[in-house]
Amino acid sequence: MRFSMTDRAFLHRSLLTIATMCASLSLLAAEPAALKAGVFEPPGAAPGFSLQSSAGGELTLARHQGKVVLLGFGFTSCPEVCPTTLAVLAQARKRLGLQGEQVQVIYITVDPERDDAARMRGYLAGFDPTFLGGTGKPEQLTAVRQKYGVTAERKAVGNSYSVGHSSSVYLIDRKGSLRAMMPYGRSPDDYVHDLRILLNE
Amino acid sequence: MKRRRWAWLGVAALLCAGVFGWAALAGVEQGAREELFAIPEGTWARRRAGDNVDILPSQIRLTLGLNDVLLLKNLDSVPQTFGPTLLMPGQSFRLPFEVASEYQFACTAHSSGQMTIIVDPFPASPLARLRWRALRLVDSIRSI
Repeated sequence: MRFSMTDRAFLHRSLLTIATMCASLSLLAAEPAALKAGVFEPPGAAPGFSLQSSAGGELTLARHQGKVVLLGFGFTSCPEVCPTTLAVLAQARKRLGLQGEQVQVIYITVDPERDDAARMRGYLAGFDPTFLGGTGKPEQLTAVRQKYGVTAERKAVGNSYSVGHSSSVYLIDRKGSLRAMMPYGRSPDDYVHDLRILLNE
Repeated sequence: MKRRRWAWLGVAALLCAGVFGWAALAGVEQGAREELFAIPEGTWARRRAGDNVDILPSQIRLTLGLNDVLLLKNLDSVPQTFGPTLLMPGQSFRLPFEVASEYQFACTAHSSGQMTIIVDPFPASPLARLRWRALRLVDSIRSI
C-alpha cells in the first residue's frame, strides 16, 4: 500500500494534532502542586509599600518583582519568634543552593522606635547578609500591617517593653501575587518545598 | 427486688461495654479533609448594626488524615480579618496541617487575641479512637 504526498501530509498533521490534544489534556488533568503553606484562592496582588531599607534607600515590593519574596514582620529585640523564623528562612534559602538567589527575604519591623535601618542591617546580617529590613514612621508601618492583616501590640515588660505580633510569613510570587502564608513553626524543608514550586512556575 | 436490680445493673454494664467497644473498635470515617468556616454575606452589616457575630471558635480541633485542612472563606462583600489572615471578598484561605501539635495564631476577632488550632494524630489504635471520640463528644457538648 502506497501513500501519496497529500495523504502523508494529512496523516502527519492528524498525528500532530492528536499528540497536541493529548499533551494539553494531560496538562489540564495534572493537579497543581499543593503548597504546604496556607494558600489564598484566588491570589490577589500583594499590597505594595515604600519604606526605609536596611540596605539604605527606599524599600519597595515592586523593586523585587521577578524574585519570590518571603515577607515577615517582627523586631530585633524579639526574644524567640523572630530569631527562630529568620534562622528557618536562612536555612531554607541556603538549602535551595543557586535557586536561593531568586528568593528575597524582607522583614518589616513592628518596633520603629528601636529598629532603625542600621540596627536592622546588623541584626539581619547575622542570619543572612541578603535579608532586607524595612523601617519607617510608625504610621507608615501601621498602614503596611493593616494591608496584610498583621497585628502588633506593645506590652510593658519591667522598665522596657516587648511587642506581641503576628508571626506568619507571606509568600509572594515572581509576578507580585500574594500566594500563601506560612504559619510560625514550620520547618526549613516546608519552605524549600513551597519555594521550589513558586520558583519553577 | 435484689435480683431485678442485678439484672438492671447487668444490662447497664452490657450497654456500657457495647458503647465503649464500638468507640474503641469501629473505624473512623475518612470523608472530606477540609474543615470549613465561612463568613456569610452581610456579616459586616450585622456587625455595624451592633450584632455580635461570632463565626470562628477560639479553639478548633482537627485530626490528621481525617479533617486536617482548615478552609476559611469570606463570602461577605468587604475584606475581613478571619482567624490568622485578612481575606478579600470572595477569597478563601486553605491551610493544610501535617504535624500533630497545638498551633497558636494571633486573631483580633477573639477577646483573647488568639486562636488555637489543636491537630490530633490519626486515631490508629482502639485506645486512640476511644480518646478521639471522647474529645469530639466533649467539643460537641461545649459548642451547644
